[in-house]
Amino acid sequence: MRALPRPARMVLPSLKLPELIQEIRGAKTQAQEREVIQKECAHIRAAFREGDAPQRHRQLAKLLYVHMLGYPAHFGQMECLKLIASPRFTDKRVGYLGAMLLLDERQDAHLLITNSIKNDLSQGTQPVQGLALCTLSTMGSAEMCRDLANEVERLLLRPSPYIRKKAVLAAVHMIRKVPELSDIFLPPCTQLLRERHHGILIGTITLITELCERSPAALPHFRQVVPQLVQILRILVMSGYSAEHSVAGISDPFLQVKILRLLRILGRNHEESSEAMNDMLAQVATNTDTSRNAGNAVLYETVLTIVDIPSASGLRVLAVNILGRFLLNSDKNIRYVALTSLLQLVQSDHSAVQRHRPTVVECLKDPDASLSRRALELSLALVNSSNIRSMTQELQGFLESCPADLRADCASGILLAAERFAPTKRWHIDTIMQVLTTAGAHVRDDAVANLTQLIGGAEELHAYSVCQLYNALAADISQQPLVQVAAWCIGEYGDLLLSGSCEEAEPLQVQEEEVLTLLEKVLQSHLSLPATRGYALTALMKLSTRIQGDNNRIRQIVSIYGSCLDIELQQRAVEYNALFRKYDHMRPAILEKMPLVEHGGPQDDEAGEGKEEPWNPNRESQSPTKTPTANLLDLLDLLNGASGDAQPPPALDLTPGGSLLHLLDLPSTTPSLAPIPGLKVFDREGLQINLSFVRPPEIPALLLITATASNTSKSDVTHFVCQAAVPKSFQLQLQIPSGDTVPAQGGPPITQVLRVLNPNKAPLRMRLKLTYNHFGQSVQEIFEVKDFPPDTWQ
Amino acid sequence: MQFMLLFSRQGKLRLQKWYVPLSDKEKKKITRELVQTVLARKPKMCSFLEWRDLKIVYKRYASLYFCCAIEDQDNELITLEIIHRYVELLDKYFGSVCELDIIFNFEKAYFILDEFLLGGEVQETSKKNVLKAIEQADLLQENQNEDWGGLSDDIL
Repeated sequence: MRALPRPARMVLPSLKLPELIQEIRGAKTQAQEREVIQKECAHIRAAFREGDAPQRHRQLAKLLYVHMLGYPAHFGQMECLKLIASPRFTDKRVGYLGAMLLLDERQDAHLLITNSIKNDLSQGTQPVQGLALCTLSTMGSAEMCRDLANEVERLLLRPSPYIRKKAVLAAVHMIRKVPELSDIFLPPCTQLLRERHHGILIGTITLITELCERSPAALPHFRQVVPQLVQILRILVMSGYSAEHSVAGISDPFLQVKILRLLRILGRNHEESSEAMNDMLAQVATNTDTSRNAGNAVLYETVLTIVDIPSASGLRVLAVNILGRFLLNSDKNIRYVALTSLLQLVQSDHSAVQRHRPTVVECLKDPDASLSRRALELSLALVNSSNIRSMTQELQGFLESCPADLRADCASGILLAAERFAPTKRWHIDTIMQVLTTAGAHVRDDAVANLTQLIGGAEELHAYSVCQLYNALAADISQQPLVQVAAWCIGEYGDLLLSGSCEEAEPLQVQEEEVLTLLEKVLQSHLSLPATRGYALTALMKLSTRIQGDNNRIRQIVSIYGSCLDIELQQRAVEYNALFRKYDHMRPAILEKMPLVEHGGPQDDEAGEGKEEPWNPNRESQSPTKTPTANLLDLLDLLNGASGDAQPPPALDLTPGGSLLHLLDLPSTTPSLAPIPGLKVFDREGLQINLSFVRPPEIPALLLITATASNTSKSDVTHFVCQAAVPKSFQLQLQIPSGDTVPAQGGPPITQVLRVLNPNKAPLRMRLKLTYNHFGQSVQEIFEVKDFPPDTWQ
Repeated sequence: MQFMLLFSRQGKLRLQKWYVPLSDKEKKKITRELVQTVLARKPKMCSFLEWRDLKIVYKRYASLYFCCAIEDQDNELITLEIIHRYVELLDKYFGSVCELDIIFNFEKAYFILDEFLLGGEVQETSKKNVLKAIEQADLLQENQNEDWGGLSDDIL
């Protein structure tokens, strides 16, 4: 009888592993590869079903290969169990490998191997025990570890080093999974430490390290072995070449590094232990051969230990100097670890790190971005009042050529350093200008406000500033922050610019027409942001009172923009138009120069345009609120503050002419303002909120509160939002705050103006709600402020 | 050490040793992203990078990338030595190892690694001892017979 022909699929025989690999590699497309693998997997499945014991390990090996290529292999899990349970070593070898690759603690199946492991641990030959210990240490779950702890403990004290070194590391894994097992594995350590076998030693030290890191209670116990550890290290360092353990002339660097790390943990915050190891550390630090990576690895670990324990100051300086030498190493990996470590030390060992400043600055030029980034951070941390000029020069150079993702950090770093250490105001202004020119697009939003405030406050430099800015603007109108500041300055000090009265720079002859043309160019350019155009328009308006010639051109521009599509610009233009037409006699007074504001100090930080101040040209500037930008539009929109208050603002008369009239109806008197004392209303973990008060005399019902949020803690405050509510008889508006982040360690605070109208002169009460993130937690605080100074409402 | 990956310049995985429990899906995601990140590095860049909350140490030997993920307190420079030691062991075992050896003998690559590191930590710092252990295990595998009993305790 003829046999029935088999279906074509069955004719292809199952491949051996090398053949399978060969076929997969020969596949030209992903689809082809998938086909080969699916065919073979079908064979494998069939073989598993048939239960062919002798070939099982070969089938599993194939499955493990395709698993590595990313194909599903879960149907092999049970086969792993069968192979592990087999008495044959070949089976166990592949079975345990499969368990490590396919089984993990998330699968229920994994517990089934616990019994096999137990048997192999107690009865297997050494290689088999080795397999079991390895598998346990790789994928052993907490339950498995609990079940097998006793077996492993027994193996710790068996004679064979091969098994003991593995058992010790198995114990490490078990403690990581089940910390309570520390009780079992702590006692044997002392004896294990007397071993000579490097494998057992390194495992034991790893175990002790793990015990100490997990449980502070273990520390006193193991501090007793510090002398022993020092001795082991001494023997290693003093011993000559050993073929078995030397790496590039260093005796067992792996073991040395482990010992040094354990010494660090034991010596931390403990004078006595630290003293016992000081000499040895000094010896390793000075005698280790640094020509190859192995030596440098040991040296690096030594440095980390020295700086983390209470060392003699001479030793610390030695450690920092080693890092400094690392910076000069041609191996960039070594430079990398040096920069990282120096960054961590720059606060605690500042003067020692300062000595290496020139080398750090050299590292800015490194083509590897991760190195230059670290060099930048470190450089910024090293700036102080004596090196500010040279450091700024280096950093400006770096800013010009650094990769894009570092620009913002570099720019703000330079600006911050300039704020803290500027030797002169002129230098400060020049520096900010240079940063704006080089990296204008990357600076923080408040850079504009800072610069205008700075210039505004330096009367002697008005002429100089406006000339410099005019030149910069004429050269390039694309850098928005620079354009905004320049426009503001030209508007404000245009008369100084035109009179050519600047002595500090080269004398400049600028015609009125040229200035107007330039501002008009900014206004029309598609490069200009809406905010920038706002600045330009206002500047043009101000110039109408500063120039000698007639205002026709300006009036023309202003009237054109009265129909501009941009609402902001349109509104401004319409109001300025009104100023020209109906209120021309008032124009000079309104557009007069900004009063000089008192500079509150380098920490004050503000947003640009959102700020405002009740405007009165005759008022002395005793107000603690600082408004560098005299945005006329904002001044006129007095009661259109940002939302955030609990009280809805009253309906306002918003016709442009109307609001101007409203303001101009106010009588102007010369004030004599006694400053009202400020009030601290909130103080928690370094975040403080202080309120300061101003009562403009012309508007008796109005109280301006400036809330300042400052941060002396070590952690940044982010997402800061302040909301306020007042009793019904009051009206409250909140202005847009200067920002929502207060950086740590006294970084620039957030300021926010609150306007309170109190026509009834009722005692002021206010509720504040703060939400923010601090120390990685989100915080919400609601509280009432009750004890306002009487002057704020009487 | 949290994990070690070996992959080719085309991004094909040749060995994956995970010392932390993660789902298959997570392992694949990590592998894919990390391989991409490392392959994008230029030749002159240093061997260390920060990735997620881990430190990555990698080194290229011929056509294979050896990539380890270590924890914050671990010493990057000694990890480079660990990688180098592993390569030396492979080299000694296979006799001038190349990528093909690792492809066709991936189980052996795992066995050798498992004699050098255990649970992510160094278990044996003597090259000689590691190679001896592998030799003995290979021998045992060849002499498949159950007649061979346990080996004497002194061999290793």
